[in-house]
Amino acid sequence: MTATSVVRARAGARAGRGGLGPLGVTAATVIAVAVVLAAIGPELASADPNASDFAHAYGPPTPGHPLGYDSQGRDLLARLLTGARTSLLGPLWVVALGMTAGTAIAVVAAWRGGWLDSMVSSVLEVMFSFPGVLLAMLVAAVFGPGLTSAVFALAVAYIPYIARLVRSAAVAERHKPYIQALEVQGLGAFTICLRHLVPNLLPLLAAQATLFFGYAMVDLAIVSFFGLGVQPPDADWGVMVASGQSGVLQGYPAESLLAGGCIVLLVVAFNVLGERLSDGRRVHRPWRLFRRGGTA
Amino acid sequence: MTEAILEVEGLHKTFKGAVAVADVSFSLRPGAALAVVGESGSGKTTVARMIVGLERPTAGRITACGHDRSHPPRSVRERRRRGGEIQIVFQDPYSSLDPRQSPATAVDEILRLHTRLDAAGRRRRVAELADLVGLDERQMNVLPSELSGGQRQRVAIARALAAEPQILILDESVAALDVSIQAQVLNVLAGVRERTGVAYLFISHDLAVVRQVADEIVVMRGGSIVERGPTAQVLDNPRHPYTRLLRTSVPGPGWRPARRATRKETQ
Amino acid sequence: MSGILDIDHLTVTLAGEDRPKPVLSDVSMSIAEGEAVGLVGESGSGKSMTVRSIIRLLPPGARMEGNIRVRGVDLGTLRGAALRKMRAEMPVIFQDPRAHINPVRSVGDFLTEALRIHRRMSRAAAEDRAADVLDEVGVSEARRRLRQYPHELSGGLLQRVMIASALLAEPRLLLADEPTTALDVTTQAEVMAVMDELRRERGLAMLFITHDLELAAAICDRTAVMYAGRVMEVRASASLLERPLHPYTAALATARPSIERKVDRLTTIPGRPLSAFEAPDGCAFNTRCAHVRESCREQRPELRTLLDGQVACVRVEELQAVSHD
Ligand SMILES: Nc1ncnc2c1ncn2[C@@H]1O[C@H](COP(=O)(O)OP(=O)(O)O)[C@@H](O)[C@H]1O
Ligand SMILES: Nc1ncnc2c1ncn2[C@@H]1O[C@H](COP(=O)(O)OP(=O)(O)O)[C@@H](O)[C@H]1O
Ligand SMILES: [Mg+2]
Ligand SMILES: [Mg+2]
Repeated sequence: MTATSVVRARAGARAGRGGLGPLGVTAATVIAVAVVLAAIGPELASADPNASDFAHAYGPPTPGHPLGYDSQGRDLLARLLTGARTSLLGPLWVVALGMTAGTAIAVVAAWRGGWLDSMVSSVLEVMFSFPGVLLAMLVAAVFGPGLTSAVFALAVAYIPYIARLVRSAAVAERHKPYIQALEVQGLGAFTICLRHLVPNLLPLLAAQATLFFGYAMVDLAIVSFFGLGVQPPDADWGVMVASGQSGVLQGYPAESLLAGGCIVLLVVAFNVLGERLSDGRRVHRPWRLFRRGGTA
Repeated sequence: MTEAILEVEGLHKTFKGAVAVADVSFSLRPGAALAVVGESGSGKTTVARMIVGLERPTAGRITACGHDRSHPPRSVRERRRRGGEIQIVFQDPYSSLDPRQSPATAVDEILRLHTRLDAAGRRRRVAELADLVGLDERQMNVLPSELSGGQRQRVAIARALAAEPQILILDESVAALDVSIQAQVLNVLAGVRERTGVAYLFISHDLAVVRQVADEIVVMRGGSIVERGPTAQVLDNPRHPYTRLLRTSVPGPGWRPARRATRKETQ
Repeated sequence: MSGILDIDHLTVTLAGEDRPKPVLSDVSMSIAEGEAVGLVGESGSGKSMTVRSIIRLLPPGARMEGNIRVRGVDLGTLRGAALRKMRAEMPVIFQDPRAHINPVRSVGDFLTEALRIHRRMSRAAAEDRAADVLDEVGVSEARRRLRQYPHELSGGLLQRVMIASALLAEPRLLLADEPTTALDVTTQAEVMAVMDELRRERGLAMLFITHDLELAAAICDRTAVMYAGRVMEVRASASLLERPLHPYTAALATARPSIERKVDRLTTIPGRPLSAFEAPDGCAFNTRCAHVRESCREQRPELRTLLDGQVACVRVEELQAVSHD
């Protein structure tokens, strides 16, 4: 009499929120290893990254120098390890500056609304038309090349992207009853934003920061590749890709490949992690729009 | 001469040319409960938001506790004083609390703002408020995500009462709750009024709930007040045709839905 | 006895995050031809899951036991086209019409699609038919409405469009899941009047879900009360309201304020409504019931026939005797 049936369907592909999934965990591990290397890498390197020995130019691996040598006979492993620090610190600054400024602008615009919000939106619109790398090169041309000017230029170039994303989330948050209840209580705008609004955006901010870290790495590497970022002889993965170029033509691609590989690996890892973190966070509910308009 | 603690006169609000509230006047006596009823879109929430200062009136005057509040506050002190006069509880229990704050912390934050109590004094007051709305210590110290809708709404009421306001606005605050929870919260509201003497501006579309809570009713339609009077009179002898329609639309014993009204549907 | 809809010992378990999550537990009910049955309960009691089981639209991984027959046909045996055909004959009207209508297509397209595809009607004929039905459900200027888009209509009008769409399928059984919960009382009265009238005219059977006991009682022949995924009581609507047998029904009725008179305090039910997966052993209501006995915690009461209906409480006779003293 009793029939049993199971509605068949694929079981949840990935564990709901919270869970990163195997790919996400791998990405997080890659990033963690890179961070550790950036922190202690330079001490780990057995050789001096800047000591050149032309006798070993493009030399194959030898005992104590497991990755071989570059065009000037410098130890590749030592340079990769030392470069990790600059290559990670640069994007870190870009993201820290860009996120702070972008979030501040977004929250102020979202809070005040009205003409200020429209004005900020228009200014951001104009800034969108500047590609970050181009801006960085322009700044380098004016203020002289170097990591500092590249970092500032990129941070500025990222602001509109960050601000636009954060603004829409901040607007939604700002109109939630719990924020309005605090307004009615008489709490100041600054306090409400600092203690309630921004902390509730943190998951979104963390996800965005991770994604932008990946972009910043690529952009800084490009800038350094063109000789406008980190200056030789300092080790940096972007610089290494560039200086390894001549080797590629002569059949010694090790330097460019290794440094480029590190960049690609980390950028992919940051992207994966950023995607995973933002999963299920930005639940914009588009149907709300219809519901409002419908009763008019 | 005026003993009202809340006086609203000739309130108007237009949103980009669309009239949401038109010439609304009423007053609320200390400790009284005034209900604002009407269908959705009739302007009830807009009136409430103008009173608490979340929306600026296009025209009209609002006076609470002897102070004008038709304009935005000019100083930090004035803003805080207004917070101590009128508080509001919204409809949706799920977005009314900061998801990162436990009820105890949320109430404590308000006490810090409005009182000079020390940590021990605040802790005692938090416990008193929890008791007033019927929450236990465990419930006061978990994150809102662990509380049910009714419990969250009690937290919102406790937080609103922390500043000891003279007026509490309840904007459809029990509408989203299940019947058995709604009854609990309505009893909490009755108890709070008896124990604190706070006055209610009770916004609702539910006439049965209004009968339970309010002494007086104003009926709004299309942004204006169409009828007002003591609760019993308005519900038992509605005079305006719209109030009569509202009254006869409520299901009850022997009720039959009337098709007649159907054909007159506007829009 | 076979009605238009028979649900026998229906138990539904969803694939929960860590362990299976029961949402319906041994639900049985039936609807006769032309009969309207109300299904009342607080949120999470399993009302929507009952409807979703009937139309076989359960969440992925759901496990269903028991059987559901529509005019004697076991739905569990239907596949593919036959299942789709059966679904088309049991349209559902949902609480939020906006979530169930394509916002970028006109009302006319929405209403005539099935007619043109399944019945091979010409566009003109299908529009005539749709306009007629719109008129029947009390939508004025039906022709103009066909050219409008969902966002141009109010909630009440859109719900009538949904009713019209359901009627176009010429069903024998209408499923309505809180169709008026999102509407104003006045609009609710109008929409209910339309549904009630058309249902009677056409002799449709209906399963009407609501959380409003009085609304269900007013328009349904019989009303079932659900709690924690179980049916607690099924009775003729009038007597259910007048003389509820199950303590939960009685408590629900008194917890709701009356529009007629004010009381000092409402009689409340302690705690909050439970879902099936949270229900205690024995009677699901035993954590909140004022009349609980040890036996209520030990064995789950069966739904048994009493007076003009069925009730799942072992203490009914005792309690009735007391209340009549
Ligand atoms: N921020 C707003 N912008 C534009 N129109 C609004 C806004 N808030 C409310 N309205 C309109 O004002 C009218 C009254 O709305 P509201 O006060 O929310 O009514 P109620 O609370 O009685 O349902 C409605 O027509 C609504 O669409
Ligand atoms: N898609 C879903 N996934 C998991 N659980 C669900 C889902 N939909 C409903 N439930 C659970 O099933 C139970 C019954 O829900 P439902 O039938 O929607 O109740 P009602 O319609 O009576 O409010 C509830 O406990 C609810 O949390
Ligand atoms: Mg409102
Ligand atoms: Mg439901």
